[in-house]
Amino acid sequence: MTEAPLPAVGAVDFDAFVRRRASAGALVVQPRMGFMDPEAMRAGLAATRAADATTVGTLTLDSYTRLRDEAALATALAEGRPLNGYPLTTHPPEVTARMLAGLRGPDFPVQVRHGSAVPRHIFESMIGLGLSASEGGPISYCLPYGRTPLAQSVRNWADSTRLFATLRERGAQPHLESFGGCLLGQLCPPSLLVAVSVLEALFFHQHGVRSVSVSYAQQTNATQDREAVAALRRLCAELLPEPSWHVVIYAYMGLYPVTPRGAYRMLASAAELAVRSGAERLIVKTVAESMRIPTVEENVAALEFAAAAADTVRGWTGGEVAEVDADNEVYREAAALVDAVRDLHPDLGTALAEAFTKGYLDIPYCLHPDNQGRTRSYIDEEGRLRWADSGDLPFGRGGDGGGLAGRARTVTSAALHADLHHVRYAYDADEGPADDILAAVALPALPALPPGP
Amino acid sequence: MTAPARRDAHEPTPSGPGAPGGGAPATPGGTVVLGTVPSDSHTWNLVLLQLLLEECGFEVVNLGPCVPEELLVEECLRHRPELVVISSINGHGYADGLRLAPRVRARPELAELSMIIGGKLGVGGEAADRERGSRALLEAGFDAVFFDAAAADLRRYLLSGERPGEAAAAPALEEEYARGELAGASSAS
Repeated sequence: MTEAPLPAVGAVDFDAFVRRRASAGALVVQPRMGFMDPEAMRAGLAATRAADATTVGTLTLDSYTRLRDEAALATALAEGRPLNGYPLTTHPPEVTARMLAGLRGPDFPVQVRHGSAVPRHIFESMIGLGLSASEGGPISYCLPYGRTPLAQSVRNWADSTRLFATLRERGAQPHLESFGGCLLGQLCPPSLLVAVSVLEALFFHQHGVRSVSVSYAQQTNATQDREAVAALRRLCAELLPEPSWHVVIYAYMGLYPVTPRGAYRMLASAAELAVRSGAERLIVKTVAESMRIPTVEENVAALEFAAAAADTVRGWTGGEVAEVDADNEVYREAAALVDAVRDLHPDLGTALAEAFTKGYLDIPYCLHPDNQGRTRSYIDEEGRLRWADSGDLPFGRGGDGGGLAGRARTVTSAALHADLHHVRYAYDADEGPADDILAAVALPALPALPPGP
Repeated sequence: MTAPARRDAHEPTPSGPGAPGGGAPATPGGTVVLGTVPSDSHTWNLVLLQLLLEECGFEVVNLGPCVPEELLVEECLRHRPELVVISSINGHGYADGLRLAPRVRARPELAELSMIIGGKLGVGGEAADRERGSRALLEAGFDAVFFDAAAADLRRYLLSGERPGEAAAAPALEEEYARGELAGASSAS
């Protein structure tokens, strides 16, 4: 590490900013956004900041940087081939500092989003630039992608989290968000998403990062989603050693609606989930999502629409969080998973690796060699995600517990295909969820989309 | 939907409708090694294919995403499968497949192994590109090529041994994967 003077970032505390805005009645909205060119990246951040919404900025990195493929990066930059994100570790630090100058600050924090199981070089760059907010996690950035062994990802993330924690000595509050609420993007029963988010937040704490956010990606049933966020909040309140945490909702991460109306319904439902469950932040998706990487304008339209949808729902609820049974099924399953994993070893990283070996954590349909692959899920008649087979998940302890243990049920290729498309079909139908919100919020001009398949 | 191209060492011209495919498919009931090319991190296509192959009566060894060429060769030597199925939807399947097949065929034990490839194999969508691409992949050593094909085409191929028809193809889920919508796509975070 160089001892270059830290830019003046001491006042930017990502979690404190988000919770302050949330308690003032605003849902903080955030895009996914990354461009190779510093000018384009700066324009994207400036447009995010100027949007008619309470926003935080995003610096999404490209996939070569995630994989630390320096040869591919050098070739792409030399040949001027476009990358799918901002190459933070390749652009000289002064270029990135200029790109950010005058934009990020106490009223506009910027988060680095990457997706790497080998993240040390990325954290080194962030520390050098005083970028104090990022996301990821030893499970959520490893098992869904590629073949990096889990034990290696755990070591990498422990090492990088400890390094990131040193930012505190330099006057900044390092913040990490767990990506555990996404996993494969769809068809994971909510209890496992909640458990992984909580476990990764505890892992960040164990390695010295005290300001965290936990994630939950919208799934297939609004009631079950609210139960899941309630479970997430209850577990964080019970287990996290400090109150510096908040919840971030991801708009649906699976096969997205292909019609503009379907896409806006999806985003309106995500905003409604955030408001009704008391989540503080929302990461949006755009109408272009099913086609290609969205433009800055499409992202701004999505941010402003999501903020307006959230305001509309807040007008209906008066800001009251919806009543949810605190002891709901998602909570009971998630608590069983978290407890069983923590009982395995005092070092949470060791416990996480062992939990996957034993099948106490087992992501349905995940093909990573360290995932046992004994679990299966399906969508029931009410649209709730359930276990078709809960494999060796530690639900059996203390009896059936009312729906905890999954009865083995065969999932056929045709049924899986239908379940993968469940949300798309529901939201693209003539009448769909959140039509009441769409009736109350002006839709942005709908872009012309390329014809469907 | 595109009918698969087939290799038949004993026929100078492509096999006509209803003609038996040379060397493939395997009789259901054996082991299939299922995988993808080294650069492809998508997995839902592999999960769906595993279920489909199991429904057709095969035991499946699913190698998961981003399979290095050496790993595929090792697993083929270890399991001696009836059939190897390579599925790719990131648009690099054509280029990676041209390198992959000779690597497998270079092992004398695997020279006669039945091996097929399918999915969203290239970035171009022209019929002529698909035809040219299929021919090149057959010459490289695949026994059948399902360029931009759907799961239903593969099921018919596996169960009938005959050339797949044009009707009632399942939705080409592969196109959705190819647009990078599902997790495993690099922009997910």
